[in-house]
Amino acid sequence: MACLVGDAALLLPNKKRDIMHISEGVLSGPVLISGIVLAATGTAIGLKKLNYDRIPRAAILSAAFFVASLIHVPIGPSSVHLILNGIVGLILGWGAFPVILVALTLQAVFFQFGGITTLGVNTVIMAFPAVLCYYLFGRLVGKGPRIALPAAFLCGSLSVFLAGILVGLALTFTEENFLKAAYLVVMAHIPVMIIEGIITAFCVLFLKKVQPEMLPGKIP
Amino acid sequence: MVQESFALGNSLVHRLDPRFKIVMATLYAFAVALSNRFPALFLGLAFSFVLMGISRLPLWEVVKRVALVNGFVLFFWFVIPFTYPGEAVLSLGPLTATRDGVLICARITLKSNAILLAFIALIATSSVASLGAALGNLGVPEKMVHLLLLNYRYIFVMEEEYHRLVRSLTVRGFQPSTRVHTYKTFAYLVGMLFVRASERAERVYMAMLCRGFCGKFHSLHEFDRSRGDLFWLCCTMTIIAGILILEWVPF
Repeated sequence: MACLVGDAALLLPNKKRDIMHISEGVLSGPVLISGIVLAATGTAIGLKKLNYDRIPRAAILSAAFFVASLIHVPIGPSSVHLILNGIVGLILGWGAFPVILVALTLQAVFFQFGGITTLGVNTVIMAFPAVLCYYLFGRLVGKGPRIALPAAFLCGSLSVFLAGILVGLALTFTEENFLKAAYLVVMAHIPVMIIEGIITAFCVLFLKKVQPEMLPGKIP
Repeated sequence: MVQESFALGNSLVHRLDPRFKIVMATLYAFAVALSNRFPALFLGLAFSFVLMGISRLPLWEVVKRVALVNGFVLFFWFVIPFTYPGEAVLSLGPLTATRDGVLICARITLKSNAILLAFIALIATSSVASLGAALGNLGVPEKMVHLLLLNYRYIFVMEEEYHRLVRSLTVRGFQPSTRVHTYKTFAYLVGMLFVRASERAERVYMAMLCRGFCGKFHSLHEFDRSRGDLFWLCCTMTIIAGILILEWVPF
């Protein structure tokens, strides 16, 4: 019984609303449309790079990310849930765009976080940092632990930081007086950045030991 | 933890063709999201309530869901009225709320909830399987539909894997707290989840090949549009036209 109780405590369901997804009805038309165009472009590139033989892999990994992003990690008296877009980028490269788009669609259908009009913007917020981190750190995480560990930490925290900045930009382009709110969004993400950095670093360390071929390292 | 609780049911909305529901929800969401005048937004909210009414979803569940999703809106109410320039209407200690700021928040709240309710009534009342088939039918690239359906198929499997890993952690006396050890454990848990996902993917793909997979999922789902579908599509279009008139025609 004790084990069941512990189980339930670990599995805090999605009780907390994070501010990584922008809700419907906040952003202006031009911002929504730019989001859709950018997300469509990224997704098209990603789909082009995903051959049919890699679709099941991308889909099942994406299911794993979906589940992992529901994990709540304690921080002081509160808890944050993992975002993991840095490591999505490392493992999938440009494939991050379609995979994140699908995950956000399912999140909207299951929990109504995000929605139809903001799907494009929210995809760019998560997937653009993921792809950027793939190019910045993909090679470095393949090296020895002295380089790989700090690189993975940076990858995890930078991807969250950039996502926060993109949320801020989307708000500021909608209405310049949202600047203060945008600033608060970025500030609110500092603890998450640190935790994502630590988690990504250990996660990369683990994958290097257990299944190094999942990480890029030898990208052409 | 992951449930499609709203997809079960047999109301009028549940029986509508998912293709029509996707088109209706999308057009309607954009019409409301791009409106700014209050009469248009109130018309939108009223229509969302009508949709909610005919979907006959459990009210308490919907209220809980809506409350949860309003977190972002609440954040706006805490920040925008006090930082937006304009004529002051209320002061709380050192903070003053402005009229324009309050109006912006009111607009966001109306829009957000109108779109959300329509989304729950129209989209969340379909299963992901039928939504995937409908999206494919509406011209979404096939690879995208495969990703969606396979992802959906394996979310529940991965969730089970996750529960199994958590159980084995719990039996070993793991207590989450703010320590590096906790973060390391969670990181390994996530990593293990990815390794299992990747290995499973290989087995799944081989099994698919054995069964003759050549890049196409054949869906047995047949769409047939009925008069009810066309009727509701016309209703939605009328409401959208009403919203556009209230938004753009000066009275």
